[in-house]
Amino acid sequence: MYRILKAEKVADKIFLMVVEAPRVAEYCQPGQFLIVRNDEKGERIPLTICDYDRERKTVTIVFQIVGASTLMMSMLKAGDCFHDVVGPLGLASEFITDPIEEVRKRRYLFVAGGVGAAPVYPQVKWMHENGIDCDVIVGAKTKDLILLEEEMSRVAGNLYITTDDGSYKRKGMVTQVIQDLYDEGKRYDVCVAIGPMIMMKFVCLLTEKLGLPTIVSMNPIMVDGTGMCGACRVSVGGKTKFACVDGPEFDGHQIDWTQAMERQQLYRTEEGRAMLAAQEGATHHGGCGQCGGDR
Amino acid sequence: MEGMKKVPVREQEALVRAHNFDEVCYGYNMEEATEEAARCIQCKNPRCVKGCPVEIDIPGFIKKITEKDITGAADVIAEASALPAVCGRVCPQETQCEELCIRGVKGEPVSIGKLERFVADYCREQGYAPMKKEPDNGHRVAVIGSGPAGITCAGDLAKLGYKVTIFEALHEPGGVLTYGIPEFRLPKAGVVQPEIDNVRKLGVDIECNVVIGKSVTIDQLMDEEGYEAVFIGSGAGLPKFMGIPGENANGVFSANEFLTRNNLMKAYLDDYATPIFRGRRVVVVGGGNVAMDAARTALRLGAETYIVYRRSEAELPARVEEVEHAKQEGIIFRLLTNPTEIHTDEKGWVTGMTCVEMELGEPDESGRRRPVVKQGSEFTIEADAVIMALGTSPNPLIASTTKNLETDRWKCIVAREEDGQTSREGVFAGGDAVTGAATVILAMQAGRAAARGIHKYLTDTCTIA
Repeated sequence: MYRILKAEKVADKIFLMVVEAPRVAEYCQPGQFLIVRNDEKGERIPLTICDYDRERKTVTIVFQIVGASTLMMSMLKAGDCFHDVVGPLGLASEFITDPIEEVRKRRYLFVAGGVGAAPVYPQVKWMHENGIDCDVIVGAKTKDLILLEEEMSRVAGNLYITTDDGSYKRKGMVTQVIQDLYDEGKRYDVCVAIGPMIMMKFVCLLTEKLGLPTIVSMNPIMVDGTGMCGACRVSVGGKTKFACVDGPEFDGHQIDWTQAMERQQLYRTEEGRAMLAAQEGATHHGGCGQCGGDR
Repeated sequence: MEGMKKVPVREQEALVRAHNFDEVCYGYNMEEATEEAARCIQCKNPRCVKGCPVEIDIPGFIKKITEKDITGAADVIAEASALPAVCGRVCPQETQCEELCIRGVKGEPVSIGKLERFVADYCREQGYAPMKKEPDNGHRVAVIGSGPAGITCAGDLAKLGYKVTIFEALHEPGGVLTYGIPEFRLPKAGVVQPEIDNVRKLGVDIECNVVIGKSVTIDQLMDEEGYEAVFIGSGAGLPKFMGIPGENANGVFSANEFLTRNNLMKAYLDDYATPIFRGRRVVVVGGGNVAMDAARTALRLGAETYIVYRRSEAELPARVEEVEHAKQEGIIFRLLTNPTEIHTDEKGWVTGMTCVEMELGEPDESGRRRPVVKQGSEFTIEADAVIMALGTSPNPLIASTTKNLETDRWKCIVAREEDGQTSREGVFAGGDAVTGAATVILAMQAGRAAARGIHKYLTDTCTIA
């Protein structure tokens, strides 16, 4: 059993938990994910690792309620246990394994949409710990949905916060901020964009025009997370990849977004919706409630 | 003529079982088992044993049945196999022990598989488990994967006195016995779990939710966690797809995904949270046991179900018994047929597939006649789901994270057949991770061989008393 040490609501329908998971905490890296199960009849829910503490053997996860399983998960309190936690799964972000001198030469722009702030945070933190200040854009629908602002401000170089409705800081989508930064004359070598699929798609459309290579983190439907089931197929550059073992991070300019978004709808048929627990959205990461996936 | 045929085994009626997940075959009772056991002529030089990959003393355990000493029969089997209730159900006896049975020369062979199953089921119901083992020798071995290879290797080593920990990536042990083979062929709570519990009772620890190569590596297990030898029985790997247009459409699944949702995650039961797509018309592509399992599962979930296979019935790799069961239940076979494209609607959902008819040409390197496309034979099958049961390719997770572990050109781990030794000292391997997808019993054979190999290695290097 995997004890929950901390469970708090951080925004409407969004929760943060610190969980004891020694084997995950020991070797996990930014970019990787884990899978949890609430109880013995629960489904396997993939979630990106938001933070980790190797000494206390804990990992931090952030998720949004999008269906029955995440609703049940949100009712767990500190002291309760997950039935299962397995990980770390997937590949670490590319910069973790690239030579650090190379990474230091690159100018990184991180873009987080909605719950995407959770997977972006450990990457920015890693950069900070390695002496690299990165520009970070955090966007959400409205003020209450801006996550991890304080944590992010401690590790980011410049932090740009934007809300769709203008209720906090800048007004507009994250793509607007990217455009503004370029208009101001800023330039980057790599963009890392994580959030709802629709947001990642539009960031990629823009950065392609700007000639800015962009890494995205995919959150497809998954079962085992070890390569066995092939449910997480993503078309990247015309080739089929498994997000769980080949990803979850890919070159965003190579992704077949139409197919990826269609595949998110798999268990959302009209007749099945009431019965089947929604699986997309906040599972893994992303799913800000803006893309319509949870409606 | 009296005694020329097997004592028939009772089965659930085909049209009833097509709508439930209860076990198809009921197995023998004591009366039937003793009657069938009496058909064994107790050959002095039993050919059946040579046909058994783990060399069970078959006449020996059958003799015990004739004496109604069923726990005695279980002890005989336990010398060679940790999973008799599983093997009695899923082994291809018709091409192994029973194929060589002398009674099969004129008439039907002894029903060895059903007898093995009877012994295992009877002992489980009586609460008897063979538990003979050596005293602890203090040496620790890690086993990766709790499928047939890993369970067998761990059980054999535990009996020799080793302290064994099995690391399982999923949340339940059993490997393919749990996620792959369906309930109606191999009941989970009734059969698989008790056999795994028997291995636990020998002192084997099973740690679930550990993905070797991710959670921890083999090097770390040996250098930091104190394991003196490691057995890799990590199983088959990544599902293959055909590479035809439309294959990533909604409604195209690998058999692995479909079966895992149903078997491991129990999606067919209402009180489990995992969803599964219940098609109206499902086409399964492939002709092996996995294809039969997927088709019969789709049928039970309410779909009209087809099997599409590019060769003819004679080449179906599935067991004859599985093909017969599938036909009885109403699976429609479209043989000598191959899909070329999957059609979708405007939202990316499967609507059907284009297939071509095939005919058999000259034999290929496998010795089977090569299927060739009949010109102008294209036709369309309407369907809302397609399940690809085309086999697997090895999972690179362990090979890519273990230093100096050699793989072959198919990316399977290279291991010596007789003892499982890999290119890495102290690391042994067997089962599908080495051979590619094969059978439960061949994985068990490899697990057994590796247990002997590990015992020899540790005896030679550590002077075990």
